[in-house]
Amino acid sequence: MALVQQQPQSRTQAQQKLEPWRDPKQKPYVRVDKVTKKFDDFVAVDDVSLSIYRGEFFSLLGGSGSGKTTLLRMLAGFETPTEGKIFIDGVDMSGVPPYRRPVNMMFQSYALFPHMTVEGNVAFGLKQDGLPKAEIADRVREMLDLVQLGQFSKRKPHQLSGGQRQRVALARALVKRPKLLLLDEPLGALDKKLREQTQFELVNIQEKVGITFVVVTHDQEEAMTMSSRIAVMNKGYIAQVGTPTEIYEYPNTRFVAEFIGSVNMFAGRVVESEPDHSLIRSEEAGCDLYVAHPGHLAPGSPCWVAVRPEKIVISKDPAADAVGRNQTQGTVREIAYLGDVSIYDVDLDSGKRVRVTAPNLTRRTEMPITWEDRVYLSWRPFAGSVLTE
Amino acid sequence: MGLVEKAADIAEHGTDGARTGAAPVAASRPPAGLGFLGRFRPGRGLVLAVPYFWLLFFFLVPFVIVLKIALSETTIAIPPYTPMFEWDPDTLQLSIDIKFGSFSYLFTDNLYILAYLNSLWIAFISTILCLLIGYPVAYAIAKAEPSWRAPLLMLVILPFWTSFLIRVYAWIGLLGNGGLVTETVNTVLMGLGLIAEPLQILYTPTAAYIGITYSYLPFMILPLYATLEKMDNTLLEAASDLGCPPWRAFLTITLPLSLPGILAGSLLVFIPATGEFVIPELLGGPDTLMIGKVLWAEFFNNRDWPVASAVAIALLLFLVVPIMLFQQVQGQQQGGGKG
Amino acid sequence: MPRSWFLRFGLLFGLVFLYGPIAMLIFFSFNDIRSVTVWSGFSLRWYGELFNNQQLLSAAWLSLRVAFISACGAVVLGTMAGLLMARFGPFRGRALFAGMISAPLVMPEVILGLSLLLLFVSLEQLIGWPQGRSMTTIILAHITFTMAFVAVVVQSRLVSLDASLEEAAMDLGARPAKVFFVITLPIIAPAIVSGWLLAFTLSLDDLVIASFVSGPGSTTLPMIVFSSVRLGVSPQINALATIVVLIVAIGILIAGILNHRAEKTRARDEQMAQQNGG
Repeated sequence: MALVQQQPQSRTQAQQKLEPWRDPKQKPYVRVDKVTKKFDDFVAVDDVSLSIYRGEFFSLLGGSGSGKTTLLRMLAGFETPTEGKIFIDGVDMSGVPPYRRPVNMMFQSYALFPHMTVEGNVAFGLKQDGLPKAEIADRVREMLDLVQLGQFSKRKPHQLSGGQRQRVALARALVKRPKLLLLDEPLGALDKKLREQTQFELVNIQEKVGITFVVVTHDQEEAMTMSSRIAVMNKGYIAQVGTPTEIYEYPNTRFVAEFIGSVNMFAGRVVESEPDHSLIRSEEAGCDLYVAHPGHLAPGSPCWVAVRPEKIVISKDPAADAVGRNQTQGTVREIAYLGDVSIYDVDLDSGKRVRVTAPNLTRRTEMPITWEDRVYLSWRPFAGSVLTE
Repeated sequence: MGLVEKAADIAEHGTDGARTGAAPVAASRPPAGLGFLGRFRPGRGLVLAVPYFWLLFFFLVPFVIVLKIALSETTIAIPPYTPMFEWDPDTLQLSIDIKFGSFSYLFTDNLYILAYLNSLWIAFISTILCLLIGYPVAYAIAKAEPSWRAPLLMLVILPFWTSFLIRVYAWIGLLGNGGLVTETVNTVLMGLGLIAEPLQILYTPTAAYIGITYSYLPFMILPLYATLEKMDNTLLEAASDLGCPPWRAFLTITLPLSLPGILAGSLLVFIPATGEFVIPELLGGPDTLMIGKVLWAEFFNNRDWPVASAVAIALLLFLVVPIMLFQQVQGQQQGGGKG
Repeated sequence: MPRSWFLRFGLLFGLVFLYGPIAMLIFFSFNDIRSVTVWSGFSLRWYGELFNNQQLLSAAWLSLRVAFISACGAVVLGTMAGLLMARFGPFRGRALFAGMISAPLVMPEVILGLSLLLLFVSLEQLIGWPQGRSMTTIILAHITFTMAFVAVVVQSRLVSLDASLEEAAMDLGARPAKVFFVITLPIIAPAIVSGWLLAFTLSLDDLVIASFVSGPGSTTLPMIVFSSVRLGVSPQINALATIVVLIVAIGILIAGILNHRAEKTRARDEQMAQQNGG
């Protein structure tokens, strides 16, 4: 908690190298400049600007219809922006067809050519470039070894398992050493267990080859695990861009807060706005909310305070240091025991339902808190975020 | 809301379309694959132009010519009709000669009107017969175990690969006097005392019904099977679970859901059957008046090209609505029906 | 087999209705008298007569040639048309094209035949080509009406084909024409083959359109069969029918065996894929 609080100022030199977006001198490798895409009257991508840096693992995260796939397809050249421009390594991509872009894509369906062997699939892209046969063979072998498919090179796609097909698709897209690799739901077709394992594998491969990855996904967990940065998309626009921690701990809108993980949202009104904190009065919460961020809202303005369920402490006794702030009372209505944690749904006296997750630290069958118990809920000053929209 | 969701779905087709099956998305938004990239490609023009102009030239233009000739008169010449445009080099005048004689002729003789109505009626009855015979067959195949479906379907399609003409010919033997079907029917009916004289079947409209039903049956079964096979079996289980007896489940669930197949199959039978020539000619005898036969006779026997053209135009007018309906069904199904 | 007795009966009735007449045709082709209702004894005399019928044999040869060339032409044009419908997106005149490509599927043959004949006659008047009616005019007419069937088959295959295969090829640097020949064409080849067979059969079988557009020197097999059948039954036609059924049956049998083998390989491959695990 406290560590996360120490914002950019105290980053070390090494961290800055890994986080080029914090360095104003760095030039973006991929620049999406005010791009809009319309299908007839429907705006799929709405005035999006993005800078992606060399070597990043960048995720476009959003629900169905958020425009993330359309944006990816514009990077690949399968769709043309209605307005705006895309630059890759400084070159304007307008009018450049997919087969001339320094970009390769891994398709959600993998799109392996069913009539070609694994080898043939991986070699396909190199053949288009007219490379000498010996070099093609070398690079294909090297790439198949990287994805651990060396012994399957003569197989046809339908003779492979789902995980193997995924790796062929990856190898085929990587072998041309593109400036940018686009991945459309790369893990979407795998089952849960394989997906978790592959997440790390994908990150390892990316680090090994050093190619910039742009991934489209609807799975927030996947995006959080793999990405250097995430762009959360909603209805065609970008709601927030940031590192996984920034997105989770400092959502800038109610949409982002609610989209990533679960969150309790208290409506209220600013009563104090100081350089080191804000104080929000909330009838819903049943107490004053003290948020230790620089206040940027004028007193009296309406706002919301977002508090994550795991940041709330649930107890039968009031916290010792509470002074009528960040502490409220309610009745336990639902309890879900998940083994490692338990989820409590608590109805506050205002009628507002609040979700709390608490780790089950000790081993016992009898729970200390049970249905219809009166409980105190409290949280630290750093736990909440003030949101306006 | 619904529209927006649909549009959103379309825009996201890469992610979500693939999971829910790509076909409906491809149907609603064709620009995929080679399509939208056509503009980078000089070959696109060729692929577009060749079939387009072929059809314009060999399919659409001929209809205009048919109309033009329908508006002329027959003469003894080669070709046997009066020219519509005449250029007089002396006076430098172009005279346009349009004659409605052929069309008004269609109304002067009852024969034509009767033939049109009779054709529509025979096609209609045959369509109903195809539906009655074809529905249980299609339903039985759709309900059969998966390993049985392909061979059974093959059995339905198989006759289509043998000659249509020969299959019609087969009925001449079966329906003629002394033929197996006629003999059986007559023996049964006379045995029951329903008729005193043996029935004549060949060279009556009944034979035409049988012939058309027989020849067009696969075209009814295939689209029916396509819709019935796609139907979710759990719907019937749910109905039965909710206390619905099988026959009512069929009437309230299966039948309404198979309507697209019924429509497609019926149009595939009805439209060509209306203009059918071979079957009424070979099986129907002189009493079976159908417009295809009339057109044939006008053209080949009377050598009256203008009247034959007028007959064709009129037949086309009768079929415009069903053909447009068919194209709509075809567009929706992306052509699963025939073949 | 379906469980309901009604469906079983319906299926049986339908199949008997479809196959009974064909069985009778074959049966009486071996009759030794000129009757298709009374059985007298086994003989192969009608087959002998069939193979000595020069007029019929030369018509059959013409029909085969016409069907072969028409099917090839129809496959080229029909594949283009299917590609146009499935992959080209909106273009000017798409609605008209969709109408023109699907109308021949149901258009009564008398209308098609008459309109094509009038086109050829008008063309001859205007530019002196085609001179009279011949094999050429039959082929042109057959290409026109069979390409619609090919287009339907190819189109429905393309629609079910994952478009990202083509996109992937393009993404890897293949130009559109190359994508078509290296990726699309090999994958849809089975659909193109069945389209060809369909066009071939339709052309071989066509009586009405050929009657309109053929000239004195170009009599096709269906025209010969028709004129002989019109005069009454002829066991020679039964013999011809038996041969046609035999050829089709052998073709289906071969296709079935190949298909069965492919299924077996596929099942084995799938098993192999599963054993490989993740």
